[in-house]
Amino acid sequence: MNKRNVVINVEYLTRVEGHGNIVVDVKEGTLEVCRLDIIESPRFFEGMLRGRSVFEAQHITSRICGICACGHTLASIQAAEDALGVTPSEQTVKLRRLLLHMELLDSHILHIYLLVAPDLLGVKSFIPLIDTHNKVVRRALRLKQTCNEICEILAGRHVHPISATVGGFTKLPKEKDLDAMRYMLEGMRPDMEATIELISKLKFPEFERDTEYVALVSDTEEYPLLSGDVGSTDGVRMHKKDYRSVANEFVVPHSTAKHAKLSREAYAVGALARLNLNYEKLHPHAREAASLLGIRPKCINPYLNTAAQLVECVHCLEDAAMLVEDLGKSGIRQEERILVALNEQSAIPVRAGNGVGAVEVPRGILFHNYEIDEQGTIVNANCIIPTTQNLNNIEHDMEKLVPELLDRSDEEITLALEMLVRAYDPCISCSTHLTSVRIQR
Amino acid sequence: MKKPKVAFFDFACCEGCQLQIANFGEALFDILGMIDVVEFREVMSEKWNGQLDIAFVEGSITDFHAEERIRQIRERAAILIAYGSCAAIGGVNGMKNTFDLEEIRKYVYGPEYHFFATEKTKAIPQVVKTDYVITGCPVYPPEILVVIKAALQGTSCSPPDYPVCVECKLNENVCMYDRGVACLGPVTRAGCNSWCINNGNICYGCRGMISNPNERGAREVLEKHNIPLPFVVNKMNLYNKCRE
Repeated sequence: MNKRNVVINVEYLTRVEGHGNIVVDVKEGTLEVCRLDIIESPRFFEGMLRGRSVFEAQHITSRICGICACGHTLASIQAAEDALGVTPSEQTVKLRRLLLHMELLDSHILHIYLLVAPDLLGVKSFIPLIDTHNKVVRRALRLKQTCNEICEILAGRHVHPISATVGGFTKLPKEKDLDAMRYMLEGMRPDMEATIELISKLKFPEFERDTEYVALVSDTEEYPLLSGDVGSTDGVRMHKKDYRSVANEFVVPHSTAKHAKLSREAYAVGALARLNLNYEKLHPHAREAASLLGIRPKCINPYLNTAAQLVECVHCLEDAAMLVEDLGKSGIRQEERILVALNEQSAIPVRAGNGVGAVEVPRGILFHNYEIDEQGTIVNANCIIPTTQNLNNIEHDMEKLVPELLDRSDEEITLALEMLVRAYDPCISCSTHLTSVRIQR
Repeated sequence: MKKPKVAFFDFACCEGCQLQIANFGEALFDILGMIDVVEFREVMSEKWNGQLDIAFVEGSITDFHAEERIRQIRERAAILIAYGSCAAIGGVNGMKNTFDLEEIRKYVYGPEYHFFATEKTKAIPQVVKTDYVITGCPVYPPEILVVIKAALQGTSCSPPDYPVCVECKLNENVCMYDRGVACLGPVTRAGCNSWCINNGNICYGCRGMISNPNERGAREVLEKHNIPLPFVVNKMNLYNKCRE
């Protein structure tokens, strides 16, 4: 056994919701401390929602995260509609699925190209890649821009969507918009193939740790992202209303984000969890991509979450193309356009209630829960974000990983840990900004 | 000419405004041709500790640690730009100021709430001298370019001080009040090209209030449509609570 000392202190590992540090202390070959400290500035969204109308909840909670703004919007709307007893129309559900697909694509592309690829290519960011891999960077930005443009058609913009509200959409795509989306999605296919070719040639670190994977599951043939029960690879299946028994949140002093566990010491959510639970429901082209990238369920290498994201990109692209075809055939019912605002016109019947939204957003399952009074005012609110659920699992990965790497240099250990945290895509800035690495021997 | 050194920093926010930069797509190459980005944690691991020509600051100041950090950034930067509503006017983070801080900490974190420090939310100009302001939640991309150009040339530039209604009328939208719902367009700074109303929704006031709103006119509109004033003030507090 390697009797060395290792002290790793990655300060200011920052993420969208705030900041974090990686702290590792090995004394004479024994791991004594291994933590992912989250020191973000709390923003108290759940507290601030109290007293606000449930009809503006989606507008407020979208501001929790600029990267998965559409996901928060959709989870919020689902919780509000559940509390109010509103059932969305078939057309609304299709448009929401389409919007969610575009966000998964956009976010995954950003993570794969701008956050993970620089590590695999041995540089600090995409900036040096502009010179060395110009076509690759252009392809990434082009793919992202297309996702954004489709979101613009669907909801006004991607960062903080405008027109998705309780009850439906405040604007609806016209026939020319459907044509534009069809054209743009078609145009993404060659870039997607090139992405698979690029990523399948890169080597991900080898590391395995068996854990419980949690994602939405359902009895339908659809890859569940917007509806279903909560399921796990340990055989759990619960209604989304029981989300608190899934997450079992607990507070730890070193983190301003709460921690979570289910059947064992920790669980993971995200693309890899979804793939492990719902592999058979992926589009055939996505399963082909999975085999090219070398992933099969149950895959327990957390570094391959990035590859699982690429598999999902293919699925989302193909399913989005199918949804647009579908909407084209049935035609968009423009009369479903809705204006709710704060429900001044009682466009939506209001009742007191308690509702839960469970949506698969880029980084995993997201829960929103609102309790509202008979005026539609929020009395209590609770949101459980995917990164919160993954923190505990990341720490357990780190605890297994560090002892396996003791024959490597401190720099290599640090990079392996940074890459591990990045693989979970905890939030964009977290994965890119790792500064002041201090190592003592 | 040597390219100016530019950095992006963030405080309490969603970082969606930084993301708007990445969303320029391939046009980003043109912007990167004019400036030397030395620190931008959303997409870069590189770090620069020296003097900056321009610092973009996103997010609100919500604790002592942040206040210290923004003062240090101010010292290093020749030009400081408050970027996005959280920075410019406090934005949604300001809603926290409606509550007793001890109470809201307890509500979110439970009995262990003392681990989680927080102070009253402040906008960047309430803490340090701010040279330019780009408001909006999120920022409106064409406006980013206008302010970057002004900052590079050293000319003055501030968000329009007339209401969103001006742009909304030019866009020929039907007035939300005539559609039966309340909208903050009449008191909110323009510059977004009435983004939300063009997409069928109301204005939520994300860009902050104009300095001299036509209060009598606004009151008349509210009276005509039978909308109580507190209802609209509560809506304004969604983004503008820090003005107090």
